[in-house]
Amino acid sequence: MSVKAYEVNMPFVGAKSAENPIIEMKDVDIYYGDFQAVKKISMEILERHITAFIGPSGCGKSTVLRSINRMNDLIPNARLEGYVLFNGYDLYDERVDPVLIRRRIGMVFQKPNPFPKSIYENIAWGARINGYKGDMDELVQTSLQSAALWDEVKDKLKKGALQLSGGQQQRLCIARALAVFPEIILMDEPASALDPIATGRIEELILDLKTKYTIIIVTHNMGQASRLSDYTAFFMVDENRTGYLEEFGDTEQVFLNPRNKKTEEYISGKFG
Amino acid sequence: MGCMPMTSSFVFLMRYSKRMMDPHKNSFRRKVRPHERFIEIMLFFCALLSIIITVGIVVILVKESWLFFKNPQVTLKEFFTSKKWQPMIGDFGFLPLLNATFTTSIIAMSLGVPIGLFVAIYLSEYASEKTRAVLKPILEILAGIPSIVFGYFALTFMTPLLRGIFNAERVEIYNTASAGLVIGILVLPLIATMAEDAIGAVPKELRLAAYALGSTKLETVFQIVIPAAISGISATFLLAFSRAIGETMVVALAAGAGPNFTYNPFRSAETITGYIVRISGGDVSYNSIDYNSIFALGLVLFIITFALNFISRRISERFRQEYE
Repeated sequence: MSVKAYEVNMPFVGAKSAENPIIEMKDVDIYYGDFQAVKKISMEILERHITAFIGPSGCGKSTVLRSINRMNDLIPNARLEGYVLFNGYDLYDERVDPVLIRRRIGMVFQKPNPFPKSIYENIAWGARINGYKGDMDELVQTSLQSAALWDEVKDKLKKGALQLSGGQQQRLCIARALAVFPEIILMDEPASALDPIATGRIEELILDLKTKYTIIIVTHNMGQASRLSDYTAFFMVDENRTGYLEEFGDTEQVFLNPRNKKTEEYISGKFG
Repeated sequence: MGCMPMTSSFVFLMRYSKRMMDPHKNSFRRKVRPHERFIEIMLFFCALLSIIITVGIVVILVKESWLFFKNPQVTLKEFFTSKKWQPMIGDFGFLPLLNATFTTSIIAMSLGVPIGLFVAIYLSEYASEKTRAVLKPILEILAGIPSIVFGYFALTFMTPLLRGIFNAERVEIYNTASAGLVIGILVLPLIATMAEDAIGAVPKELRLAAYALGSTKLETVFQIVIPAAISGISATFLLAFSRAIGETMVVALAAGAGPNFTYNPFRSAETITGYIVRISGGDVSYNSIDYNSIFALGLVLFIITFALNFISRRISERFRQEYE
């Protein structure tokens, strides 16, 4: 799989180094029926870095995010053209099983969505269906520890997950995603339904996770994007309501020295 | 005391009367709207009427049952423990009727519950819009068939079928199996549509969470969605059970006329509802013990179905709270 061939059409690839991209997108168009949601998205996501997707509502950033673990497959009539490569493998090859992709590319959603089961079962279920054969108690503990939730719930693992606060539920959802040993974690506005304190804890957690995982986060919060991410992708929407990638690069560069007028206007709060 | 507001409103009127009399000026004077009040009262009476009717039915049931139980021939102990029901000759044990009622209902549920649940799962999780558009109206048609038709269906189709399969010598012409199976078909649309609602009420986010962990459709549906809907589904089952217990036409036509305590579903046995139909349709004189007995049985039936509906409601209320 040659990376070079795609470089020509890349808007900008920040810190292009010896590091191999874990995800490469090449001229990705996504359609819902006749409606084109995004057009010509090309970018590279580097391993063990945080990439933020920002942009105004309806610009397709969540759509692009969900295309990475093929969650868009669940929407009837959704269709993708172009290439999404994961470690060089085409995720949309017809021989690829989306179920197996989702086991390696996990996801955390906007609204905390724990299962109406116990805290323990929330973690164990995903691991079990993935055929985990090891010590389940240990896995539950390490997953909860990684998600900075263990100390708060270690005495009530058998209690229902819905009793937890919103912030705790969201950390449980992160722990649940970690328990299936993903390589990438997609986060779709993971803190937008939480209060500032809970948001702060989630942000700390995301920074912690960066050492082991590749994280892609969609956010409406400019501060969050600048605090957390190494790379930023700024999406815009054209007159046909089709989203496209306006600018992509180092977060510092995108925020402090945007190459694009639209990016500057959006980041400084002129629209959005 | 009472004249104070009048005085003040009088002064008020005097001061502002000119403006208030003119309807085109911005006036905040309370308007009289007799039709609004009239409609409100009418609606209230309609609501009241349904309560009065319910209370009336219960009162009559209790009153007439009282006449039955007060009869020196009848003892509560016999009523609830004896396996003989022949009021004509002084046997007042209602167990044969209750037994037949539960036999037909349980047979009905063992057919209706699995099929109804699978239909619900299929409709809400698997069927495409096109298939749904065909299946749902068919279910509604099934739900709209009068129960007398189901009764004939039991007698003229199900019974011969059972006699064909299990040997005509073992299967009586009137039998509880045939009636029960047909009641199962009858409650199937109820189970399917209500269980589908319960499954459909499970938030989409839970399904997405399951898929995002790499679960297959089967794992998502049976390990996440169905357990999340379980209280709504069990409420559905209880309601369907109560419907099966109260079903009358099918058992009156197909289950047999004559109380008979048997666990054999191929034999004829009269249910509570079947007995009530036979007695109220026959030429039994008022105030006879037969006549009073149907009220006692009606009361028992009412208590059973009321309890089932009540539990079903409580369960589904709890279910609703879980997702709010």
